[in-house]
Amino acid sequence: MIQKIAWKNVWRNKLRSIILITSIALGIWAGLFMMSLTTGLNTQRIGNAINSGLGHIQIHHPEYTKEYNPKYFIKDTALLSQTLSQIPTIKSWSYHNNFTGMIASPTSGYGVALIGINPLTEKNTTSIHTKIISGTYFTSDKKNQIVIGEKLARKLKVELNNKIVVTFQDTSNNIISGAFRVTGIYKTASSSFDESIAFLNKKDLEKLAGTSSIVNEVIVFLDDVKDVAPTKNNLSTSLPMLQVRSWDDISPELGYANELMSIALSVFILIIILAMSFGIINTMLMAVLERKRELGMLISVGMNKRKVFSMILNETLYISLIGGPIGIIGAWATINHFGKVGINLSSMGKGLDSLGIGSIIYTKLDSQMYLTITIVVVLTALLASIYPSLRALRMNAAEAVRQN
Amino acid sequence: MSLIQVTNVHRVYNETDIPVSALKGVNLSINEGEFTAIVGPSGSGKTTLLNIIGGLDSATDGSLEVAGKNITHLATNELIDFRLNNIGFVFQAYNLIPVLTAKENVEFIMLLQGWEKNKREQRAMQLLEEVGLKEKVNSKPSQMSGGQQQRVAVARALASHPKFVLADEPTANLDSASTNNLLDIMVELNQREQMTFVFSTHDQRVIDRARRVITLEDGQIKSDIYK
Ligand SMILES: Nc1ncnc2c1ncn2[C@@H]1O[C@H](COP(=O)(O)OP(=O)(O)OP(=O)(O)O)[C@@H](O)[C@H]1O
Ligand SMILES: [Mg+2]
Repeated sequence: MIQKIAWKNVWRNKLRSIILITSIALGIWAGLFMMSLTTGLNTQRIGNAINSGLGHIQIHHPEYTKEYNPKYFIKDTALLSQTLSQIPTIKSWSYHNNFTGMIASPTSGYGVALIGINPLTEKNTTSIHTKIISGTYFTSDKKNQIVIGEKLARKLKVELNNKIVVTFQDTSNNIISGAFRVTGIYKTASSSFDESIAFLNKKDLEKLAGTSSIVNEVIVFLDDVKDVAPTKNNLSTSLPMLQVRSWDDISPELGYANELMSIALSVFILIIILAMSFGIINTMLMAVLERKRELGMLISVGMNKRKVFSMILNETLYISLIGGPIGIIGAWATINHFGKVGINLSSMGKGLDSLGIGSIIYTKLDSQMYLTITIVVVLTALLASIYPSLRALRMNAAEAVRQN
Repeated sequence: MSLIQVTNVHRVYNETDIPVSALKGVNLSINEGEFTAIVGPSGSGKTTLLNIIGGLDSATDGSLEVAGKNITHLATNELIDFRLNNIGFVFQAYNLIPVLTAKENVEFIMLLQGWEKNKREQRAMQLLEEVGLKEKVNSKPSQMSGGQQQRVAVARALASHPKFVLADEPTANLDSASTNNLLDIMVELNQREQMTFVFSTHDQRVIDRARRVITLEDGQIKSDIYK
């Protein structure tokens, strides 16, 4: 019956309870939605970086990454291939022969990274072939094709099928140039990527440099990003003479952003929780003080402190337990919806583009987070209800029943 | 042996700047089955005395024995239990839980005592019938008149099988018809079941129907008359 009374008491001041329930629901909803937005943002940022070329793991000659000098290439590709094919967590890999060089159009020239790829294997790894906005991705057998980013094309003022001159230093430090035809233009979520990376056929580059087939970079993709650390260890032990780095070794800033966002999120969640607690404390205190006489009467006729305490505690819990699930279910529905259709932020997309996120954000939240938030909300509600409940106990029976 | 034994009770309110001496050495003995009115001018200490007898307030000095038990120094929780099991209360107003029906209000006290549902319901129905509210068992307090609410309060006070019923100005908010009706019920319960009533009042019609009238003045008993 005490639960029943508590439940009925919740609905004595309907408007007030509904306002409190709504604010709890909105708080949770906003908190979860914010989380899903940042999680989505981060996942996309990292995912885009990984898919457009970073890969989960990269393998190089240990000297190569110091100056990106192509003379440090991987000699024993037979062992490499064998090792890669024997590790089950690895989904696919591709071999690159990279050079740093210059691309010149009739109007201007820019320094770029020239990625020499094998078009067949490359499609199993990086996602550039899906980002072509005009032209093709090495579909014909024609020689000296080049695929460049949209931003670089704009800066060079070149269009599809225009010729550009590529200049680079070969493995023996000779300067070599060749004319290439722009057969494809791609656009990824990152404009800085688009202006600094050009893709060429590995064979064309090697022919120009007069070398045999060379591998100075291996991009490895896994089935599951969670396997990065063990796979990296596995590769390091199997290939002690090579440098094996994971995506976050190579681009630690992607990880830092993750940490930074989670700190910002914690602060945000803390503020929501504080606001929620104050809302609960304030409202329930009001409800208790307003019923001073009634509570005094209950204590007078023999309702003991434990029962009064649990009645008020129950009232608070009911309110939280209605508001909480509404907020959580609402957030779940919203996050699921925008996880599918995405939120188009193209109005502010320029900034996001340069961050490598893309202008459509797909919200995303670990199911674990829902559980955590549920626990946090219940705990907050419990803690916040303690003070009003204690306050109810301070009612002095003799005082409360005095009629004036 | 007396049911209520008040011995040299003093009550000084110290919360104010100048301490107020509300009771100045009250000695009083009330026996089982009495129907006692405590009367006196406003501020004479009636409420203070009833609160002390009812274990709602404690005496600054003196001692109090109720049903053979000295309750002067009981701890708060023990006092609450003592009240629950020994005393029925009827206040001037705010007697009932607004969200519950008349029947549930009467049941509530038995629930606190741990009665099982069937017995609770049966006794609540019976008591409400006795106070003439058979038709109102499922009404909320807001759907009843002041007199009806006070009758529910009397039923509630009796539900726990108390040793006596304390009522501080139970008729103060009632019109004369309701006052008479409530008194009829109280007198009837007193005569038929020997239920002891101690109540305070200003109302001459209520005083007229009491069998013992104790007059307080300035915190002391001025007269104590059996009729
Ligand atoms: N909490 C308090 N603090 C200080 N003084 C108090 C307090 N309660 C009562 N008093 C004083 O004690 C005296 C007795 O008060 P009490 O309420 O017992 O009188 P009463 O006979 O019930 O009066 P009434 O007929 O108006 O109800 C009064 O002078 C009152 O002002
Ligand atoms: Mg009084």
